[in-house]
Amino acid sequence: MSTDTHNPFAHSPMAQFEIQRYIPMEAGGIDVSFTNSSLFMVIALTAITLFLSLSMRRGALVPSRWQSMAELSYEFVANMMRDTVGVSGQKFFPFVFTLFMFVLFTNMLGMVPYAFTVTSHIIVTFALACVVFIGVTVLGFIKHGVGYLNLFVPHGVPKVLLPLIVVIEVISYLSRPISLSVRLFANMMAGHTMLKVFGGFIVMLGFLGGWLPLAFSVAFIGLEILVAFLQAYVFAVLTCIYLNDALHLH
Amino acid sequence: MEAEAAALLGKYIGAGLAAIALAGAGVGIGHIFGNYLAGALRNPAAAQQQFPNLLLGFALAEATGLFGLVVALILLFVV
Repeated sequence: MSTDTHNPFAHSPMAQFEIQRYIPMEAGGIDVSFTNSSLFMVIALTAITLFLSLSMRRGALVPSRWQSMAELSYEFVANMMRDTVGVSGQKFFPFVFTLFMFVLFTNMLGMVPYAFTVTSHIIVTFALACVVFIGVTVLGFIKHGVGYLNLFVPHGVPKVLLPLIVVIEVISYLSRPISLSVRLFANMMAGHTMLKVFGGFIVMLGFLGGWLPLAFSVAFIGLEILVAFLQAYVFAVLTCIYLNDALHLH
Repeated sequence: MEAEAAALLGKYIGAGLAAIALAGAGVGIGHIFGNYLAGALRNPAAAQQQFPNLLLGFALAEATGLFGLVVALILLFVV
């Protein structure tokens, strides 16, 4: 499959995921170039910061449209946290809110034509999932000490089954960063690959036959926007659930 | 058949087999939404409350199917 990075109309559906170095830099043998991924992360962060700070500048009691939207996003995450973690988890709200907004904005930015989807790379989602996993584990051990290992022993399990259940629980706990990261990564990559493939069909079938894949593409882009929001929500809600496990041990 | 062609054949057949896992995703998603609809038609007042759980369940069911798709994509584009 051709993965020609210099041709803006490259023909492989996977060419959209290639990293292009805009400012090559190196630090001690490690490549720290400013890439298209970095650029879109910066764009996402700028968008989030501008959206939140400018909307709340005039903190009116009767909110304007932009202020309503900013407050809506705050309330959405705050309600989600209150439902899953409870009151003791409120101190982790900045973390979960940042995570949610970052994933949401990077997913949504990827829907812009010719834009790069930051979360369509496993290393990005794996880094986020690792932060959540390691943070939650360390938090659990700080709060409960060695008693955190009671997480792997559910209530009301007959003693005979205990060794098997504990092994299964440990494996399922260790698979959390993998499932968290791969879920987001696979959704983003599969969605965008499919968009490109159907785009190719439209061009291939030409003027007469291209209307059918075009109609499907329109519907599918709508679905992808929904998936972008949904995956951000699921990432945040699972983070909250893991936090709840760490704080309240069942 | 030379080793390279055999490897390519294996890759493509493996990718096709791995994509069968998406059937599980389809069944799981249909099951979740079917149960939600059945419950919502019985108790419409409580349906809105469970909507977040519906979305969460949908995403988790879809994820396992997508794990299979990731294996297929790895076989096609990475190995």
